[in-house]
Amino acid sequence: MPEVTMTVNGERVTRDVEARTLLTDFLREDLGLTGTHVGCDTSQCGACVIHVDGVSAKACTMLAVQADGCEITTIEGLARNGELHPMQAAFKEHHGLQCGFCTPGMVMSAIDLVKRDSDPDEATVRSWLEGNICRCTGYHNIVKAVQHAAREMRG
Amino acid sequence: MPDAGTTVLRKEDNRFLTGTGRYTDDFNRAGQAHAVFVRAEQPHARITAIHTEDARNAPGVLAVLTGKDQEADGVGSLPCGWVVTDKHGQANKAPPHHPLARDKVRYVGDHVAVVIARSYTQARDAAELVELETESLEANVDPAEALTGAPTVHDDAPDNLCYDWELGDTAATDQAFQTAHHVAKMELRNNRCIPNAIEPRACLAEYDPGTDEYNLTTTSQNPHLERLILSAFVLGIPEHKLRVHSPDVGGGFGSKIYAYPEETTCVWASKKLGGTPIKWTAQRGESFAADAHGRDHVTHAELALDADGHFLGLKVDTIANLGAYLSNFATSIPTYLYGTLLAGQYTTPAIHCNVRGVFTNTAPVDAYRGAGRPEATYVVERMVERAARDLGMDPVEIRRRNFVQPDQFPYQTPVALTYDSGNYEKGMDEALRIIDYANFDQRRQESERRGKLRGIGFSAYIEACGLAPSQVVGQLGAGVGLWESAQVRFNATGTVSVFTGSHSHGQGHETTFAQVVAERFGLPVDNVDIVHGDTGRIPMGMGTYGSRSLAVGGSAIARACDKVVDKGKKIAAHLLEASVDDIEFDRGNFRVAGTDKAKSIGEVAFAAYVPHNYPEGVEPGLDETAFYDPANFTYPAGMHVAEVEIDPETGDTEIADWVAVDDFGTVINPMVVEGQIHGGIAQGVGQALMEEGVYDSDGQLVTGSYQDYCMPRADDLPSFRIGMIETPCPHNPLGAKGCGEAGTIAAPAALMNAITDALGTDEISMPATREKVWRTAQRRLQQAAE
Repeated sequence: MPEVTMTVNGERVTRDVEARTLLTDFLREDLGLTGTHVGCDTSQCGACVIHVDGVSAKACTMLAVQADGCEITTIEGLARNGELHPMQAAFKEHHGLQCGFCTPGMVMSAIDLVKRDSDPDEATVRSWLEGNICRCTGYHNIVKAVQHAAREMRG
Repeated sequence: MPDAGTTVLRKEDNRFLTGTGRYTDDFNRAGQAHAVFVRAEQPHARITAIHTEDARNAPGVLAVLTGKDQEADGVGSLPCGWVVTDKHGQANKAPPHHPLARDKVRYVGDHVAVVIARSYTQARDAAELVELETESLEANVDPAEALTGAPTVHDDAPDNLCYDWELGDTAATDQAFQTAHHVAKMELRNNRCIPNAIEPRACLAEYDPGTDEYNLTTTSQNPHLERLILSAFVLGIPEHKLRVHSPDVGGGFGSKIYAYPEETTCVWASKKLGGTPIKWTAQRGESFAADAHGRDHVTHAELALDADGHFLGLKVDTIANLGAYLSNFATSIPTYLYGTLLAGQYTTPAIHCNVRGVFTNTAPVDAYRGAGRPEATYVVERMVERAARDLGMDPVEIRRRNFVQPDQFPYQTPVALTYDSGNYEKGMDEALRIIDYANFDQRRQESERRGKLRGIGFSAYIEACGLAPSQVVGQLGAGVGLWESAQVRFNATGTVSVFTGSHSHGQGHETTFAQVVAERFGLPVDNVDIVHGDTGRIPMGMGTYGSRSLAVGGSAIARACDKVVDKGKKIAAHLLEASVDDIEFDRGNFRVAGTDKAKSIGEVAFAAYVPHNYPEGVEPGLDETAFYDPANFTYPAGMHVAEVEIDPETGDTEIADWVAVDDFGTVINPMVVEGQIHGGIAQGVGQALMEEGVYDSDGQLVTGSYQDYCMPRADDLPSFRIGMIETPCPHNPLGAKGCGEAGTIAAPAALMNAITDALGTDEISMPATREKVWRTAQRRLQQAAE
């Protein structure tokens, strides 16, 4: 079995994995990081979005071996010393989540958007989140939360 | 401390935002095995053999089990819990629904066998080796044709008819039509929806040979009901030996109410394998194929009016697709939750409704967010709009002339319900104000100048929620009571644990319910914990569906709080050396009336657990349980207005504005309620614009993934404008009516009324996809040019 080494949420990990192991399964099963969710089998729902070398990616569409040598951040790696990341805090403040299942992917994806566009308008947020499906919120409060977080992150 | 009625940020959010929520698939047990189901690829076939040898011999495989094994073990049939008596006095046909198929497979995705292996990949690889030998049969797919010589799905129902049910007075309705000035008519198709909670169904089943106990962790909206069904009907497990735990659940929308073949089979198999924990998690493709679907009605409706636009009578004839097997509540949805709502918000004096439920070779159809009520609202509100157009009346004015008025409550409809409260005209006027209806024509002209077609659509919806008075539903054939239970326990240190039979899978009960209790006891919300979703911790429960949680579950909590206060008064009276009758309770303090002598509820709770100085004859402890059985349904209602702008060149329908004015009775947490409205509208918009579960004529599901079934994305939707009016429910202690389904009920009719207004024709069906809208717009433009 191939060996992979990567940095996950600041910690270096090395494991032997089956070549066909998806990155989602590696994170969830091998590392116990169950915050990364799997909601579909066709790369559509976005519940599994994480950051690979600082860029959002659907972890269900990568093999663990493809992440060899990469810097991975999952939803578990966002809060610092118990303090929520501004995006997490904005989702709470604006009720941008209900059942919570799409939330990790939504938050990780939104952070990447704000990195690229520090002041996204509503249409930009909606267009960016096209790859993240939420069945609960109607996206209304998610959009509000992302725009609010962008303001906070601009400082 | 914030009162009930004000926004409190959700207590549950921190775990969801930090990846520390615990959903079923996040649970693992040492030594667990994994189940993969072998599913039917044909929609209709007689099973002649299932060859399992190769799979059994594959690496890691522990067992390959089929319907024959279940039959040998006496595994029963998944029941339908509601017997509908049809118009001939016959109970509905209830053919067996075995977890693993025994004689035939009846839809694509039906359950042929289960492969259990050490690892998931081993189970999946081995499942490929199971060979199903069949005799293929023709498929029966279209509900409109199911009754006219289509292939028979069940021998017990040779003509595919489950029931032929009616409601209302035929003679009175016929009479009304004879005196009519005008009769509006429509053929309506309510498209099949696939629920698509983003968390797929999953389970982890464990049998303990030492104690003979079972533990099922699963994605259920109602763990006690799941336990009841598995115990009493399918597996014969003593109810007290089965614990069902539904931890964090990622959305339900109805699809997680039911007991399904998968978890049933895993519980059974765990015992068969000597207590090996067995885990199963659906792939999304399995969710599409084998979660219960929603809607799928074919309807002919006629509305009789006088010359002034007053409704005289409504006739509705519906064929409802029930799918291949009866899911747990399938029979009740197109009958008692549909026909009874056909009065809408109006005083239509005579209504007759006929519903034929039919079997087809498609996935079972059951409650999906709204459950019968979106279908009813769709019929009523499309018909009202059609009538207004036929008569050249303003769609607002025709509604105004027919609304039930505030002084008419309680209002008895001709279709069995007694509406308790409401103010429909007020809700409509508020919606008209917010959307600026007075200037709609200007906006339409402005759109026309840009080559766009603008339309406005209304939907005055009503729902029957707060399910349900047990005696009433019992008379109608329900196999269960629809009360709710709650246990409110003061701990010795003054914090409170509340155990509720309601289940939260996104609704925010952990906050809203805590607000109800915190306000009554004068405590910070953080000192109140809501415990739900575990038959091992909660006394009893009926679960969450039909917008019932606050109205019924919350009322049970309120009643349990009352009992705590009643007992607290006795303890306080003793501590304050006063008579019980003189003790008043207000926001956390027991006070001797007219004095400043008081004890806080925390002091009383401490005394209850450290009863050194304690009244004689009073039991220690401050821990009360209540069951609440509602006196009536609740009747949330409101007005949604959609404004659309269609680009006739692309078929793109832009939702230019959406205004919702709803009456949910008393609101506890406005933020949570607005979130429910947003999400509900999105699902209704999805049904109207893009979602449709499609089987081709051979019975293959062609919308089996997110690449084929179009879910609403963020860029398909607008932001919504929400108004609210409050007429409290008069018959429950919270005044709450329920808000979970309103948006989904209201939205399809509002949007289709707007689209047909813009296009100038009713000849377009849901979902009004870009292609359909483009074709219709082009046809209209061509007609206009000729």
